[in-house]
Amino acid sequence: MAHQSELIEKDILAYLKSQEEKSLLRFITCGSVDDGKSTLIGRLLWDSKMVFEDQLAALEADSKKVGTQGGAIDYALLLDGLQAEREQGITIDVAYRFFSTDRRKFIVADTPGHEQYTRNMVTGASTAKVAVILVDARKGLLTQTRRHSFLVSLVGIKHIVLAINKMDLIGYDEEKFRAIEADYREFAAPLGFTSITALPISALNGDNIIEKSGETPWYQGPPLLHFLETVQVEDDRDEQPFRLPVQWVNRPNLDFRGFCGTVASGTIRPGDEIRVASSGQTSKVARIVTFNGDLDEAVAGQAVTLTLEDEIDISRGDMLTRPEAPPLYTRHPEAHLVWMHDEPLQPGQLYLVKTATGVTPGRVTAVQYAVDVNTLEQKQVATLGLNEIGLARIELDRPVSFDPYGANRDTGSFILIDRFTNATVAAGMVLNAPDESQRAHLSAGESNPWAPRRITLDAVAATNLNLVDLTEEKGLFILDLAQSIRDYLDKGNRILIRLRDLSQLEPVAQLAYENELAFEFDRSGDGVSILLFKRGTTPLKGYGDDGTGI
Amino acid sequence: MKKNLTHLQQLEAESIHIIREVVAEFDNPVMLYSIGKDSAVMLHLARKAFYPAPPPFPLLHVDTTWKFRDMIEFRGRMAKESGMELLVHVNEDGVKKGVSPFTHGSALYTDVMKTEGLKQALDKYKFDAAFGGARRDEEKSRAKERIFSFRSAHHRWDPKNQRPELWSLYNTRIKPGESIRVFPLSNWTELDIWQYIHLEEIPIVPLYYAAVRPVVERDGMLIMVDDDRLELKPGEKVEYKPVRFRTLGCYPLTGAVESEADTLPEIIQEMLLTRTSERQGRLIDHDQAGSMEKKKQEGYF
Ligand SMILES: Nc1nc2c(ncn2[C@@H]2O[C@H](COP(=O)(O)OP(=O)(O)OP(=O)(O)O)[C@@H](O)[C@H]2O)c(=O)[nH]1
Ligand SMILES: [Mg+2]
Repeated sequence: MAHQSELIEKDILAYLKSQEEKSLLRFITCGSVDDGKSTLIGRLLWDSKMVFEDQLAALEADSKKVGTQGGAIDYALLLDGLQAEREQGITIDVAYRFFSTDRRKFIVADTPGHEQYTRNMVTGASTAKVAVILVDARKGLLTQTRRHSFLVSLVGIKHIVLAINKMDLIGYDEEKFRAIEADYREFAAPLGFTSITALPISALNGDNIIEKSGETPWYQGPPLLHFLETVQVEDDRDEQPFRLPVQWVNRPNLDFRGFCGTVASGTIRPGDEIRVASSGQTSKVARIVTFNGDLDEAVAGQAVTLTLEDEIDISRGDMLTRPEAPPLYTRHPEAHLVWMHDEPLQPGQLYLVKTATGVTPGRVTAVQYAVDVNTLEQKQVATLGLNEIGLARIELDRPVSFDPYGANRDTGSFILIDRFTNATVAAGMVLNAPDESQRAHLSAGESNPWAPRRITLDAVAATNLNLVDLTEEKGLFILDLAQSIRDYLDKGNRILIRLRDLSQLEPVAQLAYENELAFEFDRSGDGVSILLFKRGTTPLKGYGDDGTGI
Repeated sequence: MKKNLTHLQQLEAESIHIIREVVAEFDNPVMLYSIGKDSAVMLHLARKAFYPAPPPFPLLHVDTTWKFRDMIEFRGRMAKESGMELLVHVNEDGVKKGVSPFTHGSALYTDVMKTEGLKQALDKYKFDAAFGGARRDEEKSRAKERIFSFRSAHHRWDPKNQRPELWSLYNTRIKPGESIRVFPLSNWTELDIWQYIHLEEIPIVPLYYAAVRPVVERDGMLIMVDDDRLELKPGEKVEYKPVRFRTLGCYPLTGAVESEADTLPEIIQEMLLTRTSERQGRLIDHDQAGSMEKKKQEGYF
């Protein structure tokens, strides 16, 4: 830690004061296998003098024993700390490292490139603000480069450093660098990043990492470290509406009842009115209690204890908000899922859904689509397997407070846990909660149990959420179309019907016949998908319109 | 008005969040209290998390019977001040067999008195979650560990198969017999710890401050003669030197550094100017490459 050593020697108190003011940046390295992520961070730690003498001695010995550099220093070994990683020369799990410069403190998560360990990459990405995506200059963009870029955009990282590495192996060729950069910009255009900064580097030799390299006179931008020190990451959580997921109710005695939690967004002061998302009850904040004395304001990110003026019923699982800006409170969030387990998603099966406010049982009722990470195209699928990413409908046993993930990472995220193995099987990011009335739903008339059930399709709004799920229908049924749906189809919209098996096809065919509709037939997993539409109309871009030419 | 939290405030909030989550989700948590500076910070954060109540779990010290006397005194004082129950566990099997750092070597001694002792205590009280003060910046296998780190019914860590850990959503689900080790200080560095102790005026064991103490030089380390169980080898002699400790453990295994730093800012200054890592003073890490990972797999913290 050689930075500012003069100040440390002369005036330690002034130095400590200057340390207090520093901001903290969390970033990750990601990209395909062997592109040089661990080497890059090892080199960064090395060059910024964060490696102690005893660690250096260990590194030299390790490099001789298990290094990939023929006995010369293998910087990746500073990161790849597990025995299995050193033996195989790869990263398996994310390593968290810490360093600081005169301007900033950094927490970097060095993530694995192997597809098999994508879940560990997502683990690192979920808390980062900047991603350094590495590309091997000899290879260009690979599937993993694209997958990681997509994941990075999903978890809400806005700033990308495209570090085109191993420039030493292509003679620091500007043209090749520009070609990869152009490829990447084209691919990443739909991902909505705020900034993409391309850098020609050699992690091994240290080119353009701490200092500008003499090998790339044609490169005008800053070296990596300078970029990381100065990049402005937006944190507008304070300006968002107030959210406090209640983590714990603190009741040491009858006179004290405090609601503990971390402020997810917004600010709060004593006297401010709050509302409980589940019950709609309101009260006012009496005190913001901390060990170091009461606060006159709490801001996003702080872990606090609130007391209220009224005795209202609040427990773990509730969310406190300002009355004028309540969160979504729903049983049916729609969310992006990243599937992280070998066992594929089982639609309909009960999982535990852990959110900022606690654990609720729930199921995935439908996978709307999965995304092809190479082309970013949506494809129709029945389920998600390991490392697949898609949009899904969730049904929770009871309503939960959410915000769209885009507005709030803390209140818009969840994980799915397998009830039997307790494995964390998926990461979820809430997109929105389609209103009940907007969904295609079934209204069944009262009838005697022996006759076929008469089911009317009604209330489909012009959204892309027009799915009718009949897989749970046990007996015979007859389908009817409400006038609103007929109008909806006339406009070129489509409706997707899911059936358990072929025995349920007849009533759908009957419906199509009576209403002069066409349908497309697809086998999806164990079940059947039917896309119902009116022929001769130009289909709107909507559900099932996945460009594969149905 | 925009108030950005400083990095220490961010770390503090993250730790408090973690500690509260454990209390909310587990039936029988415990805080492993090792009396060192990291434990001091962890305890302080726990007190902050539940203020004005005392933290609703006990402290557990796995005592090897070879701790510095100053540490034992400090332990009692902090338990009283925090209003928490203090459990002390000693591996009596090890004591009966006369296992000591002198006779059995540091590796076997650590395994019996610390790792075995810890497992015995966790089994005895059936704790389902145990807080530890380990930090990721201490050691390269710790840098890989989750904040909520799953342990099998045999207390084993499986580094190749850790649960994904996203955002601040921690998977706390376990089956009977299994447990979770929780590391609220995962993202703190050594400097952060000292700076926070300084800012919050957290009490620490006096051994961290330099004072003239009796030491002998052994295997290139300065070992403090804390009681009469330390037998001098031929050629060794007790010297009185101004020394302090960067890290605290069992006195026969913990090297002192010569130092005049007897205030916190001086300690921090010294730490910042030194070129060796704090774990260097711990004999147990030197025994073999990858030794920490192995010990962790076997149930060590
Ligand atoms: N010539 C050259 N080799 C490099 C450079 N960067 C990394 N390497 C080598 O590429 C190999 C892979 O490097 P790592 O840093 O382990 O790659 P990684 O991206 O961390 O790999 P995973 O984590 O397993 O995905 C090692 O042999 C490195 O020494 C570079 O800039 N130039
Ligand atoms: Mg790597």
